This record gives sequence, C-alpha cells and structure tokens, in this order.
Amino acid sequence: MPGLNRNEMAWRAAQDIADGTVVNLGIGIPVLASDHLPAGRDVFFQSENGVIGVGPAAALDEADSDLVDAGSRTVTLRSGATIVDSTASFAMIRGGHIDVTVLGAFEVASNGDFANWDSRIPDKGPLVGGAMDLAVGARAVWAIMEHNTRAGAPRLLERCALPLTAVRCVRRVFTDIAVVDITAAGFVVRELLADVSVDQLRARTGAPFSLAPDFKPLLVPPLPA
Amino acid sequence: MAIDKRVASAQAAMEGVRDGAVVFVSGFGGAGFANVLIRALRDHGAKELTLVVNSATHRLSLTHELIANGQVRKVIASAGRGREPGLSVFEQLLKDGKIEFECVPQGTFAERIRAGGAGIPAFYTPVAYGTDLAKGKETRTINGRDCVLEHAISGDLALLRADIADRFGNLVFRHAQVNFGPAMATAARLAVAEVRATQDEPIAPERVQLSGVFIDRVVAVGA
Repeated sequence: MPGLNRNEMAWRAAQDIADGTVVNLGIGIPVLASDHLPAGRDVFFQSENGVIGVGPAAALDEADSDLVDAGSRTVTLRSGATIVDSTASFAMIRGGHIDVTVLGAFEVASNGDFANWDSRIPDKGPLVGGAMDLAVGARAVWAIMEHNTRAGAPRLLERCALPLTAVRCVRRVFTDIAVVDITAAGFVVRELLADVSVDQLRARTGAPFSLAPDFKPLLVPPLPA
Repeated sequence: MAIDKRVASAQAAMEGVRDGAVVFVSGFGGAGFANVLIRALRDHGAKELTLVVNSATHRLSLTHELIANGQVRKVIASAGRGREPGLSVFEQLLKDGKIEFECVPQGTFAERIRAGGAGIPAFYTPVAYGTDLAKGKETRTINGRDCVLEHAISGDLALLRADIADRFGNLVFRHAQVNFGPAMATAARLAVAEVRATQDEPIAPERVQLSGVFIDRVVAVGA
C-alpha cells in the first residue's frame, strides 16, 4: 500500500515547526520541509556551514558559489540573515541554541537511540558531517524516514542495529505512514494513515507501541508536484 | 620595516612547507576552497601530509589532486565519501589501506581546531558519546551528562580563501567563505590566505572578520 511520498512526509514535519524558532534541516527529505511551512510562521533555518536564515534555493542566474548551504545548494538569504564561521555555527548547534533539528534516519529505537550516519555501504568512505552534533545539541530532534526498509524490515526498533549517531535523543519520528513520539514509556503513535490498520502498523514496527490519547488519522492535503 | 604580508605568488606562499606537515584546508559546500593554494601545494610537492579538511573529496575542492599525487598520508575530516557512484581516489586508497582516515563529527572537528588555536589541549563534549567514533576515548560524566575527551588539533599550515586582505593580513570574507578559515588560521604556525584582491589601505577595523595577527601570508588570485 502506498504511503506518503517524500514531499508529503516533509509537509507533515513542517506543520509541527513552531513560529519564531531556529531550525536545522538535514539533507534529503528534511530540507524539503522549508517549502511547506504554514503561512505566517517566522522561522530561521540554520545551516551547519554558518548560514542562519537560509531562504529558498537560488535561481540559476542568481546562484553564487560563495552562498551555499551545508548540502552545497546555492541558496538565498531571508531578511535578518547572518553568516558566521564554523565554530560559532557549531556553538549554536552544540550549545542548545537550535530549537529543532529534523534529520533523515535509518533506524530509531524506542529509547530514542538514533542511527542515521553509517548504513555500512561497502567501500564508500564514512560521512558523519554535523549529524552527531545536531543530535546531541539541538533542543529537539525529529527524524524522518520510511517506516520500513525496501526489504520490508522495520526501522522503528527496540535497539538500533546500525551504528549510532547519538543515544536517547529522538523525540518524534515522521514516517510514510505514521507520526510517532518517543516517551519514557517508548513509542507512542500520534497519527496513522487512514488506510493502515493498527494491526498492520504493529506488523511493520519492530517494537511495542501505544496509541496517544488524541490518536488520529494522518492527513496530508494534495501538494503541488 | 613596514609590515606587508602580501606575497607575489601562490608558489612563494608555500616556501618552507616541509614533508610531514599537518595542513588545514578551509572550505565547505563550494564556498571558501583555497584551490589556487591547494594546487601550489601540489606543485610544491611536500609529502607525507596530514590533511585536516571538512570533506576529504568535495567535488568543488582540489584536495583530491594532493591525494592522487601521493602527497597525503592521513586525512582528518567529517566526510570521507565521494558523490560519484564509484570510488573516489581517496576511497580507493582507503579501501586499499594506503591512506589513514580519522572521521570526526563536524562540530567536534571545528572545536578541536579552535582549541588548537586557543591554547586548549583537550575538552569534554557529549557529542559522539556511545558511538563508534568515541571508541577508545576517555569518557567522564559531567553534571550528569556522559562526555568524551577530545584533543585539540594544531598544525603547520592553513590554506584559506577570503575576499579582501590588506597588507597587515586583515581579512574580509564573502558570504559563506568564512566557514573553517578563522579557526584553521589560529591553529596553524603558517596561515596563508588567497584572496580576490589585496589593498594598500587598511580595512576599516570594524569590518575585519579575521585579524591579521593570525595570518602570515596573503596572495591575490582574482575572482
């Protein structure tokens, strides 16, 4: 059964980004969330390379190779933007000045353990980037990932099997079928796609979960392609 | 004699660089790569280098030329993965066990360099605690938080790119060029900046982003 696509997952995460916050979006699906912020929310997107107030991607004729984000995209700046050096950028990240980071993930455990940096690709060199710093330093860590691997294995687990990015840090997970919080009691499902039953969710999840008191359907409006 | 840190060429800026040097290379995401200086270091030919660079093989940086030229013994970076589907030169050498790699979380990377330039020999951070990147490192619980001991990195040469330098070596950066430049300059015995342009008159003090105290040589290389 089809779950949400990448844009729809990013849209859902964007709805939870509060007005007036400073947010770091990881490369891949998370960075798409900046296109789906609800109108009227004034948010600063911080990028690890020191750009605070990243705006939309630059048009081709405006692209400036000195003005990039951490994913090497040429970007624009919003009003009030600042650019700082890497030590200040990571003081912001590690010192608890980022309200939320939204990161791509491979696996999340019910105690909040997080694996998103080493999928054990044979022969490819390791790449950690700023993931460990964000996972430890941001005030809230949200993960976005498909609920299952291509082979169908669950990514929400009792214990991560892949190398950890950080221990006990993830608070919320947006998957292609559900929104799941991580609490002291483990996974709490807040929202679930209407055409997925709780039994089906259980079969596709690698750890026990409970349903939130305000458990409701996961609804995403039609989005522009 | 009047201070003047401007040198005539990138080649001249590499004078005195020795085999075995620890070399910082600034730049991130396409901004601030000192590609003219990197190529000058390749032509200079110093070997057995340790490169301290955010990404071992970014497609817009020329560090791969130093690696392909057999000048690099070890890379310390937060990213060691090429974008291409196949193996980069660096990844091939890594696979063959012909180059050393130390993978460091980017914030710890920046902070270790900052510490190296600020006289701080080591520091504790919670970042990487409980992960493979903390294996073998000292740990300690501070205020209830599990932390890892990380050591400063200092070195011999820093290569950075800025927009404008005056003769005192004071620098102004353009947009996101700044990234690791200031920290790396402080941590290196010889800090060299390539800039779009140099000027005789001093940069206004409040506009200077990196004091010339941290810079030894500047080279004008154009846009």
